[in-house]
Amino acid sequence: MSDALLTLEGVHTHIGRYHILQGVDLVVPRGGFTILLGRNGAGKTTTLRTIMGLWRASQGTIRFAGADVTARPTPDIASAGIAYVPENMSIFSGLTVRENLVLAARAGPLQAGKLERIFSLFPALERFYGLAAGALSGGQKQMLSIARALIEPRDLILIDEPTKGLAPAIVTNMIRAFREVKKAGATVLLVEQNFMAARMLGDTVAVMDDGRIVHHGAMAELAADHALQHRLLGLHLDTHQ
Amino acid sequence: MTDAAAPGKEEVRVGAAPIDWIPIVLTATVALAALPLVGSFSTWVTLTVAGLAMGMMIFIMASGLTLVFGLMDVINFGHGVFISVGAYVSLLVLWPLSGWVNSPSVALNVGVFLLCILLSMAATGLFGWAFERVIVRPVYGQHLKQILVTMGGLIVVEQLIHVFWGPSPITIALPESFRGAIALGPGMVAERYRLIAVAVGLVVLIAMLVILNRTRIGLLVRAGVENPEMVEALGYHIRRLFVGVFVAGSALAGLGGVLWGFYQQTLTAGMGLQVLVLIFIVVIIGGLGSIGGCFIGSLLVALVANYTAFLEPKIALVSNIGLMLIVLLWRPRGLYPVAGH
Amino acid sequence: MLARILSRDYPRSRPLTLVLVLILFGLAFAPFVFTGSQPLNVAAKICVFVLLVAAYDLLLGYTGIVSFAHTMFFGIGGYGAAIALARLGPTWEALGLGIVSALVVAGLLALVIGLFSLRVRAIFFAMITLAVASAFAVLASQLSGFTGGEDGLNYQIPEVLRPAFRLLENPVLGTNVNGRIITYYLVFFVALAAFLVMLRIVNSPFGRVLQAIRENDFRAEALGYPVVVYRSIASVVSAVMAALAGIVLALWLRYTGPDTTLSFSIMIDVLLMVVIGGMGTLYGAVIGATLMIIAENYLQVLMGRLGEVSKGVPLLSALFSADRWLLWLGILFILSVYFFPEGVVGKLRALALGRRTETSAGER
Repeated sequence: MSDALLTLEGVHTHIGRYHILQGVDLVVPRGGFTILLGRNGAGKTTTLRTIMGLWRASQGTIRFAGADVTARPTPDIASAGIAYVPENMSIFSGLTVRENLVLAARAGPLQAGKLERIFSLFPALERFYGLAAGALSGGQKQMLSIARALIEPRDLILIDEPTKGLAPAIVTNMIRAFREVKKAGATVLLVEQNFMAARMLGDTVAVMDDGRIVHHGAMAELAADHALQHRLLGLHLDTHQ
Repeated sequence: MTDAAAPGKEEVRVGAAPIDWIPIVLTATVALAALPLVGSFSTWVTLTVAGLAMGMMIFIMASGLTLVFGLMDVINFGHGVFISVGAYVSLLVLWPLSGWVNSPSVALNVGVFLLCILLSMAATGLFGWAFERVIVRPVYGQHLKQILVTMGGLIVVEQLIHVFWGPSPITIALPESFRGAIALGPGMVAERYRLIAVAVGLVVLIAMLVILNRTRIGLLVRAGVENPEMVEALGYHIRRLFVGVFVAGSALAGLGGVLWGFYQQTLTAGMGLQVLVLIFIVVIIGGLGSIGGCFIGSLLVALVANYTAFLEPKIALVSNIGLMLIVLLWRPRGLYPVAGH
Repeated sequence: MLARILSRDYPRSRPLTLVLVLILFGLAFAPFVFTGSQPLNVAAKICVFVLLVAAYDLLLGYTGIVSFAHTMFFGIGGYGAAIALARLGPTWEALGLGIVSALVVAGLLALVIGLFSLRVRAIFFAMITLAVASAFAVLASQLSGFTGGEDGLNYQIPEVLRPAFRLLENPVLGTNVNGRIITYYLVFFVALAAFLVMLRIVNSPFGRVLQAIRENDFRAEALGYPVVVYRSIASVVSAVMAALAGIVLALWLRYTGPDTTLSFSIMIDVLLMVVIGGMGTLYGAVIGATLMIIAENYLQVLMGRLGEVSKGVPLLSALFSADRWLLWLGILFILSVYFFPEGVVGKLRALALGRRTETSAGER
């Protein structure tokens, strides 16, 4: 598996007395989008948080770029080249848009080139550059959260349900931005409930249920196989188009 | 995220960084409302200056506590003892250099004052570093034990002060040129030292604002108070940041101890615990973790304490408790609640 | 019968049972077993502190919240009885009035503090109780016309309780059954009864909810238990019990002052007793209070001697002077919280449990 950027082997995670992840095996290949699908409570968010070290795997191994990162502290995992866009966005609302980006660009001062790229993806951020992030709208906050992950080149970006609760027009914008990101060759592990968005972006797909990966394969395969979709996701494609 | 669901709103959310002016206006209103109650304008000025001086000192001492809480959810009941230690360490300067203290030379007076501050801040900073390692770190994340152990630390250090400096209160004198009062206008006087305390407080406040707003460390502290987990996910070690803030907060408590010691002109090992009570009231009023709230809370508490002490000395003791209850009724999380706390 | 009295909450360790029975009998027959006033004083103090510490454990151990106002409620009880007796004379009516008003004031104050500070975060409670208790202590010393200030209050108690009163003509087992002994038994039985009541409370459904809240307040709230209400009620019960302890202490000492009730060092004593005995066990209060009070009465003397012996050595004598008792208590306290958080009772129970599983494994 020379092309595997991130591998999870038999990962278990407990939160308090709850056993959330029950042996997750997942491979994220280098380049392209891997989509993590599954119903609410299947363990998608927990998977991302466990990769980041925000929750600790009680068993199993997580390898990133060949190194075992299972027990590493979160900042070290981030420094190794993983960016994280959590579900609730977690922008620093008391800081300005600029300050949020300054902190995300760890290397030093913000470079004009990098900023231009961000602004071309998310023009709203340029407009509100000096404004407190807390004053942004929900969609803009989400963009800022994603921008923080893109401002520096990262080997892997974990994104948790970026389109959740956003208006359709904004979702369209966001998908457009993700396509740009994809074109630039980034590797993304994306948790997405919106199957339409998932189908448009995904190269590979993993489906979770009850703390395990129940399906792993190419996106095209799942997109073409309605029976499989129905079995795994319980959805009829027609109603989602 | 209900607002995001309405597409039209996307474009219209423009405005400056939201500052909640109500508590600031409230503090000013309290000060103005006291004027007719006090009756005499010159007395009011004296009381207000005293309140501002006291507020500045409390702010210096409370800021570290509130930041430490905001950043790591650690409530340090031992914080008060840094104040005592800071005050007592200044004796190491004041006793050998008593000639400087009593000299009429302003330069020597200022020199001994600055030396006290520097030595105390260095000592309490170092002491804070040790306290964090020995007392706080093992019980990190466990509130109950944290309260118990840091309170235990306060008791032990307070007793150690007794061991080293003896159990009886120690009186200290202000440097010669800091004594007395100066006239601000016809019939209006303000004690010199109070003005000095206000000035030192302003310097600390400005320095703190510059650091918090203009440096990467400051940005990290502000971000960390809001969401420590995300700061880690961006690749920063929040522990190191926390230790730094803990040390800085301890040093500020030491500085506050020096200022407070000169203000009271009597040192006791228990002075820290006494001030800690005020600090707790301040940070609860201001909102745990909020620096702005801490500042407004300090001024509010100190002003109310000074006005009531003049108007009705008997209720001055409980006025701060009353103030706290009123604020909590109005805003249960304090004047400036910090997200996530 | 025993099951009912103990609310089916047994010591669950043989050595612990033995020690508890020993303490119970020691206290029950103290006037007849020991001679002199010092041991009886120690015994009465143990009774008072068992009650005070058990009441604190209800809060700290069972509810998981830290209060620094426990001595304030203790003081309210003491001053309630003291002021009534000092002002209205040494009658039972005065005492009754003092008791009722002290219990009501303590309960109401606890309720107000609880409702204000427990609404947002449990951590507020620790901070606010510290602030309120210290304001109360200052207030008590300032209102000297009422409380006697720093000097406290001396007063007479109802005649039956005075040392001069003789219940029986002849001595029993060589001890004169006088008013002093009647007072002792009053203290003893009040403490015992209140302890059993608390044992009942923590083993009731209410007590189980408290423990569920201690373990996970979010979950308890989600299950439909109003956390603030439960915590506030616990705090009220604890305050009323602490006030009761203050009342019996006031009767025993015939004196109430800041040093016997309100001082911060008593608060530290209580904390240490709870932790050393074992948080969340109630029996720990018995062990902790007994151990600490015996230590305070006998070890403190020893420490004073050490201080005198080391008189020539400057720092050492200061460290071991009897005034530095609190220093060593503080160190002991920190070490106990770190290394011995389960306390004596927890440790003994763990040992007993280990042995039981060992034997059952052997049988298999």
